[in-house]
Amino acid sequence: MSDTFQGKGTSRRAFLRGGVAAAAGAVAAGTASANSPDPLITEVQDWASGLGAGVDEVPYGLPIEFESDVIRRNVEWLTADTISSINFTPIHALDGTITPQGCAFERHHSGAIELKKEDYRLMINGLVDTPLVFTYEDLERFPRENHVYFCECAANTGMEWAGAQLNGAQFTHGMIHNMEYSGVTLRTLLNEAGLGAAGDLEDKWVYVEGADASSNGRSIPMEKALDDVLVAFKANGEALRKEHGYPVRLVVPGWEGNMWVKWLRRVEVMDGPVESREETSKYTDTLADGTSRKWTWVMDAKSVITSPSPQMPIKHGHGPLVITGMAWSGHGKIARVDVSKDGGITWETARLGADGANKALTRFYLDTEWNGEDWLLQARAMDETGYVQPTKAQLREVRGENSIYHNNCIQTWHVKPNGEAENVEVS
Amino acid sequence: MSKFPNLTLFGGGAIGFVALATIAVNFADRFVAEMPERADTVPLKIFESPEPEVAEAPGGILVGAANASDGAGANYGLGRAALPEEIAAWNVDVRPDGSGLPEGSGDVFTGEQVFVEKCAACHGDFAEGIDNWPKLAGGDGTLADEDPLKTVGSYWPYLSTVWDYVHRSMPFGAAQTLTADETYAITAYILYSNYIVEDDFTLSHENFLEVEMPNADGFIVDDRAETEYSIWRTEPCMENCKDSVEITMRATVLDVTPEEEGTEEASMDAPAEETVVEEAATEAPAAEEAPVETAALDPALVADGEKVFKKCKSCHQVGDGAKNRTGPMLNGIVGHPVGAVDGFKYSKAMAEAGEGGLVWTEEELKAFLAKPRDYMNGTKMSFSGLRKDEDLDAIVEYLKSFAAE
Repeated sequence: MSDTFQGKGTSRRAFLRGGVAAAAGAVAAGTASANSPDPLITEVQDWASGLGAGVDEVPYGLPIEFESDVIRRNVEWLTADTISSINFTPIHALDGTITPQGCAFERHHSGAIELKKEDYRLMINGLVDTPLVFTYEDLERFPRENHVYFCECAANTGMEWAGAQLNGAQFTHGMIHNMEYSGVTLRTLLNEAGLGAAGDLEDKWVYVEGADASSNGRSIPMEKALDDVLVAFKANGEALRKEHGYPVRLVVPGWEGNMWVKWLRRVEVMDGPVESREETSKYTDTLADGTSRKWTWVMDAKSVITSPSPQMPIKHGHGPLVITGMAWSGHGKIARVDVSKDGGITWETARLGADGANKALTRFYLDTEWNGEDWLLQARAMDETGYVQPTKAQLREVRGENSIYHNNCIQTWHVKPNGEAENVEVS
Repeated sequence: MSKFPNLTLFGGGAIGFVALATIAVNFADRFVAEMPERADTVPLKIFESPEPEVAEAPGGILVGAANASDGAGANYGLGRAALPEEIAAWNVDVRPDGSGLPEGSGDVFTGEQVFVEKCAACHGDFAEGIDNWPKLAGGDGTLADEDPLKTVGSYWPYLSTVWDYVHRSMPFGAAQTLTADETYAITAYILYSNYIVEDDFTLSHENFLEVEMPNADGFIVDDRAETEYSIWRTEPCMENCKDSVEITMRATVLDVTPEEEGTEEASMDAPAEETVVEEAATEAPAAEEAPVETAALDPALVADGEKVFKKCKSCHQVGDGAKNRTGPMLNGIVGHPVGAVDGFKYSKAMAEAGEGGLVWTEEELKAFLAKPRDYMNGTKMSFSGLRKDEDLDAIVEYLKSFAAE
């Protein structure tokens, strides 16, 4: 194998904190043995003798300073302005499935606004028996549900359609987060207003919009609106963050993130879609022949290896290695994830951290050994419908290279003998 | 920088679009609300109740009767009835069949004036787009090219979307300030910029549906179920899946990935820079610049000003590393000569005022920001102005907190 993919290109980017050179030195070590006693053990350390921080020091905690590089990052050249832009979750550095709110990606169209609960109003109007206005307090008095769902921007991995471009899982796959939401079903609120006036619900829609300047209006078929859509006000147990729509956002499980309207202020029952800017000029997928798909709401099954990856080189030398990543599907549960080390010639099935959950992230692990080989690492997700995550070549065959959105292709990392990894495209 | 410069995923706020659609097509499409086939999902039972009033619709979707609810049954008596004025204030969406359009009209000529005043700072005088901001015109016939140019003219299927979006969400930073007539005029000008109407055209609620958008027929409903799912729902290969594998492309060759921030080196550098800035600031008044008031700043007012400045942030930067963007960077602007920030291309009016010796004193700045275009006829700044005196006081206090570098 190593003949077919020699690591020719050297990375021009300095490695994080220069860890790789040290790792290369450690590569030969094999089973560790100590020649001299470790002073971290034999000498009394400051922290083992003095005192730490008191309980009144940090009323609301942030991660310890040693984790200060685990942050959202943006790509400056991607947009004209940071106010109508996106940043990326540091998925390379996270484990498990829940994304902490403080590092979960943000996407705004007119900036993250500050809207107090007292100033919050939600209107239900259109084809309903009684158009209603709810306050925030009203929402908390309806029966509430908790669900964990992933939210993925339709443009996640969009920069990779034409080729390997961004060198890090954070940038190629970081427009995603996975949180536990608490809220009221949209179905409950629609029934409160009464859907008798809508008549036959089969061809009806709801139009949802936010309170910010962009309003980001989207049309959602009634079937979905009455199925599992949530009007959420808590995430991971606490209030939504400003950047995720405080105090109330819409949760549209399994469907593209743009529909998860933040600062939700209005739901209108309609007899057709609005065909708003966000569902015509954007979030439509142009095919090779120039026609475009619209209403491409579901996020298909997808996975990515988060470590090792370009931002997470192997620093520990040869021997046991945990390969890990995450998988998700807008169609339901992840059933299986396979991993290939040779660019897709052979595959082995990874271990799921827990059984797949409906429209939520699943963590996977491959507990393996690495002894300095060149690897072309790939992960391939399968969901409960039997859908198998496609290669980029398969996607291009159907869609061409101009779709921008909904790129769920298999990702390849080239792991090199020195432990570095690089985003590559393979034949 | 990017090898794919035209891969603009997130335009700031695009306006736009145009079309081939006949009225009939527009109208019909609105009601063709069929769902994409979803072979993967079992038809959903929406309402679970002992005696569900459920009817199977032709599309295989099970929908419950309106008053059914999830479990407990119906109404909680929460919320209050929305008043007609409230619905009118928020229910402003406009749909492909023209429903929701208010009465009004605007012509291309008026539209050009309004556009140059309120839109051109980002979208360009001819809707051609500045920097990474959305291009609203051009791109005709490029959708099947390697780098399609998607504009109102080349891509947007419905004219209603242009009107709705401009009226609701533009201008960027001053949304919901355009009148209906201004919106008709801007829409007419965008159509004109795309060669869809002539220069003597007037758009109104009456002839709105007569405009044909070139790409109206360019969209299909999601067909992944047929074109993809049926192919990719297979037992995956596990061994000897291909003969050989070669790397065909590497991300590091492009080198467009941002450098990591938040590293120890970076945070070590910061204090040194601050020191330099402070030194420069203390030197500045000694030079020939107009003297800046040295009275201590009111922290509360500065904090208020920071909030007001949100209206300005889409075009102006302040603070460390501030650069000229759509508007000039504003460090040290209070007391600075008008139209004289290095490297910024000012309107003729602003440049001439500066050459005439005008200085941005607090009073002049407040007068300008209260009504920018009344104060400086011909300014490129599309901002409509700050109405409240306390906002003007606050913003000037805030700007004073950023000394010249």
